Amino acid sequence: MKLHELAHGRTGDKGDTSNISIIAYRAEDFDRLLAEISAERVAAYLNQPTSAVSRYVLPQLCAMNFVLKGALKGGVTRSLALDAHGKCLSSVLLEMSLTSDSA
Amino acid sequence: MKPFRIGCGAGFQGDRIEPAADLANRGALDVLVFECLAERTIALAQKARLDDPDAGYDPLLERRLRATLPGCARHGTKIITNMGAANPGAAAKKARAIVADLGLSLKVAMVTGDDVSDQIADFILDETKQPASALGQRMVSANAYIGISGIVAALEQGADIVICGRASDPALFLAPLVHHFGWAMDDYQKLGRGTLIGHLLECSAQITGGYFADPGVKDVPDLANIGFPLAEVTADGNAVVTKLANTGGIVTPATCTEQLLYEIHDPARYLQPDVVADFSKVTFEAVGKDRVAVRGATGQPPTGQLKVSVAYRDGWQGEGQISYMGSNARARADLARFILDQRLTASDIDERLGHLIGSEEDMRLRYTARCTSAATARSIGEEVESLYLCGPAAGGGVSKSVREIIAIASTLMPSHRVQLRADILGVNHEAA
Repeated sequence: MKLHELAHGRTGDKGDTSNISIIAYRAEDFDRLLAEISAERVAAYLNQPTSAVSRYVLPQLCAMNFVLKGALKGGVTRSLALDAHGKCLSSVLLEMSLTSDSA
Repeated sequence: MKPFRIGCGAGFQGDRIEPAADLANRGALDVLVFECLAERTIALAQKARLDDPDAGYDPLLERRLRATLPGCARHGTKIITNMGAANPGAAAKKARAIVADLGLSLKVAMVTGDDVSDQIADFILDETKQPASALGQRMVSANAYIGISGIVAALEQGADIVICGRASDPALFLAPLVHHFGWAMDDYQKLGRGTLIGHLLECSAQITGGYFADPGVKDVPDLANIGFPLAEVTADGNAVVTKLANTGGIVTPATCTEQLLYEIHDPARYLQPDVVADFSKVTFEAVGKDRVAVRGATGQPPTGQLKVSVAYRDGWQGEGQISYMGSNARARADLARFILDQRLTASDIDERLGHLIGSEEDMRLRYTARCTSAATARSIGEEVESLYLCGPAAGGGVSKSVREIIAIASTLMPSHRVQLRADILGVNHEAA
């Protein structure tokens, strides 16, 4: 199962820092997402150093916010990428497979 | 006291105008805000001002004001905007001329003081670890993200249209709330709540179903006719976020939650000039069709420092693209990339990227590089174009471009160093 089936999200950028929200559609899935989608796992999936990724949790909204420092190759002003803002990153992350099917 | 109605008519410089006109005509708003400055916008505006002293403000200012002023005047709606960009004085003069041309009687104010380029020299920039003065002639602009005091002062002087440059985006919304409700500047819970309203509205349609649709998963009705948002704010600083009837889009707890976290780092510490807002306990509740109640923000005292964005010239980016289709398209596109790697050998190419976009039978090669000189940046597209005659078989559809890179660095400046002014334009006022 892909994360995309249980959650939605949005990416923002400030300078060279990207942030990605992951929001559960259903409250009953949130604990599972909280357990599976750690900062370490997001860092590995998006090829970022573990130390550069932080996670903030807003349980009343069934939401997590991942902050990725230095993830944008210098940010929108310097990056040569087509999506220099990194706006597509939330959809990239939603392609992540969930490991357990216990829910 | 009836709720205060505040709407957002633009979330970036190029935003759509029709939904703003609709809000002005049908929204019965107290305030309509246009937020039009991204990180680099003001630097590009400053470059324009260097070429023409009367330029340097939002190029869509006239279209936006002509589309919305009649409706705003009818409803007594005040306009607050950062469309002044690098030249609030010239923007205010233009606004006053448009007001007169439309036969209206409205007071126009400008807020200045965000330009701190004359006192930035000794401040160490986070990104370069050097004082701003080390940039020398490469520095284009330095602007502090100002808070609400200048805008509030303009409103206290009776301004109907307030034009500023670099302000914190939420401040454009917080200022009229503080002015209307008389919130104290040390009532950090209220300032936090007003900041939340500003943060939720400042990207226009991003809370009404824009930037949200994912067909079959998150469907948005009538996205083509999406409406812009407004908030009905009560004196306690809580609000209902909604949009006009008979517009496209949706307002739900899901759209609100995505926008709540958009461009946010620690939700408990959203640093603003007048408050450190805390969004960590915010809740959203659907209270009707396209109506969401927003509650639970708070705040702490501000840090006493303002963020300053320093823009500087940082070289040039050149780019070229060419397409290969049909039989063996990938191999021909790969060969083209290999040829460009061989031909583009200038020593001032700092970084390059050549990549293939598309499907196996419809490949587009994009080749781009960051260069120190404009001449080398131009050569990127020129060499891509030369592939027509001197490259693989059947390449087509070349495009090329060159742009100057304006980089942004940031630093902090003590708030007291930034002196703001609010001036109502008089009949004979000569804008600074």
